[in-house]
Amino acid sequence: MSVETEFDVRFRGVTKRFGGVVAVDDLDLDVRKGEFLSLLGSSGCGKTTSLRMIAGFEQPTSGSILIGDDDAVGVPPYRRDVNTVFQHYALFPHMTVLDNVAYGLKQRGVEKAERRKRAQAALDLVHLEGREGRKPRELSGGQQQRVALARALVMEPRVLLLDEPLGALDQQLRKDMQVELKRIQQEVGITFVYVTHDQGEAMSMSDRIAVMCNGKIEQLDAPEVVYDRPSSAFVAGFIGEMNTMAGTVRGVSGGVATIDVASGTVAAPVDGVHPSGDVLVGIRPEKVRVVADLDGPNRVAATVVTRLQLGSQIQLVAEMADGTTLTAVVPRAGTDADVDDLVPGDHIHLSWSASAPILLAA
Amino acid sequence: MSTPDLQTGPDVSTTSAPSPTPPPPAAAVGGAKPRRRGGKATGPRYPAWLAAPLLTYYLVIFVAPLLLLVAFALATQADSFAGEQYAFGFNLSNFEAVFDGLYLDVFVQTFLLAAGGTLATVLVGFPLAYWMARHVSSKRKMLVVLLVMIPFWTSFLIRTFAWKLILDGNGAFAGALGIDILYTWKAILIGLVYGYLPLFVLPVYASLERMDWTLVDGAKDLGATPWRAFRQITLPLTRPGIMAGTLLVFIPMAGEYVIPQMLGGGRFLFIGSVIQGQFIGASNWPFGSAVSIALMLILSAFVVLYVVSALKEEQFGE
Repeated sequence: MSVETEFDVRFRGVTKRFGGVVAVDDLDLDVRKGEFLSLLGSSGCGKTTSLRMIAGFEQPTSGSILIGDDDAVGVPPYRRDVNTVFQHYALFPHMTVLDNVAYGLKQRGVEKAERRKRAQAALDLVHLEGREGRKPRELSGGQQQRVALARALVMEPRVLLLDEPLGALDQQLRKDMQVELKRIQQEVGITFVYVTHDQGEAMSMSDRIAVMCNGKIEQLDAPEVVYDRPSSAFVAGFIGEMNTMAGTVRGVSGGVATIDVASGTVAAPVDGVHPSGDVLVGIRPEKVRVVADLDGPNRVAATVVTRLQLGSQIQLVAEMADGTTLTAVVPRAGTDADVDDLVPGDHIHLSWSASAPILLAA
Repeated sequence: MSTPDLQTGPDVSTTSAPSPTPPPPAAAVGGAKPRRRGGKATGPRYPAWLAAPLLTYYLVIFVAPLLLLVAFALATQADSFAGEQYAFGFNLSNFEAVFDGLYLDVFVQTFLLAAGGTLATVLVGFPLAYWMARHVSSKRKMLVVLLVMIPFWTSFLIRTFAWKLILDGNGAFAGALGIDILYTWKAILIGLVYGYLPLFVLPVYASLERMDWTLVDGAKDLGATPWRAFRQITLPLTRPGIMAGTLLVFIPMAGEYVIPQMLGGGRFLFIGSVIQGQFIGASNWPFGSAVSIALMLILSAFVVLYVVSALKEEQFGE
């Protein structure tokens, strides 16, 4: 594979302004061939605008966008080799399911028998056999979503763009569709660019996640890297839960930094650049354990403030001597001492492994 | 004379494009006070007498005059100069006279000009409605709608007379531009389009306002050029509004007599002018009534054909 065709979409210094508002700010982004890339962020972070610029519905104010090796700036949506699954599906209400799916092929001039065949195959792929003659309004939300997916997939685009496609579905269906989407993506091997504000969706399906904030990408990495080694407090807070403690680096030795925080000192592993000055230390709640005593490193005494039943797990919010709180998510029937019996006011001891603390820029 | 047929317009416009989201369960409201059991529980029930004012109005203003008209059309004009006398009965000769060669030409001329006027109204009005719905900021929309309606605040007669002054080849405006079309069919066409434009623009604007434009994005995304997206998506989905609009202008245009009289200088006889002449000039009420009924029947036939063909197109156009 040559260098030129390694990426399906490339953003170079792309900025998009709406009036005085900067929606996308000097963005660089490479979408690899065949990957499932999620643009994750809260509303107004520029993720949808970025997607619409790939689709061709918006043109960048400055910068360049390459789709494959072709400059896409100024190319209208109908001449781009990308297709979109819209947030509310945008199915044509006056056409049957089959005609909806065959619509794009008809625009391409594919002859009738052939486009029927291919539309049928696309409907089979999303498990919608037998619904060809229905109108979109006669289908459930989940089925409409599948029609929208089939309608875009039948075009065999270079890149498939998905704009929060699961947003309108209920919880269980969302879960099922995540599995389904991933299966389809692997089956057809098309590059997916997926816009969502739901970190769970992004984590479960993506090969890489681009966490966006204020028109910029905060971090672009594999889901587990984004989770384990967030590049900033924003990313750490956006993906999963995170206890953060403000502190000052006292020293670094042997790959471990010692940080003074309000509740004492915390040791955090360092990779790469040596930190100094004010930092934030983050610890994931599920890495905090309830232990019997204070014998050993990384242990603190605390008082239970709230106890929340999460099903197979229990969330404990505990206050340390200095008044700061630490959240722990512990398994119910796990090795931790009698967490099932804990009530607010109980004195407990908390611990975390040496590798758990993460250093974040303050 | 064509007032009854106007009823068709609003009826058509209510069959709006289906919205992507299912309508909220209206039964929730009706269920609160189940006055009667069974039947369709699709909305709140109202006592039947609430329809009485409308029904009375309808009977007095529409049904009664229509029956009167039929009675007159079947009457015989007494052939005496000693005052107008009618002999009521069952006399079909008035209708036979309507379809005599002379009046048939007037019918054809009327429908040609009304059809031309409707077409011209569509060509002027659709882009205007489209521009209003898509390119005017939501803050200014009410203002633009108001501007479209403002001409209605002045008498139709005065506005038509104003066109006579504007188009007069000896007048200041047309004279300066070297235009001399007053008392031609062109002047009538201009008058028709001007007079009926708002009646077309408003329903079409309303249906374009309801349009879900992400569908057009969807079509473009699938490779449709803007023109094809317009033809295959926007047009079919706004068809109810366009149908309502064309009917709302075609029907009264076909019954028009002020515009052809003032701007056509009496050289272009409309069937409306004939009717007016029979009632006011010739004082032949039975014949005037027969012409009115013929006009109504022909217009009704047109409307039925139009609606049926439009619905058929919707079914097979998919």
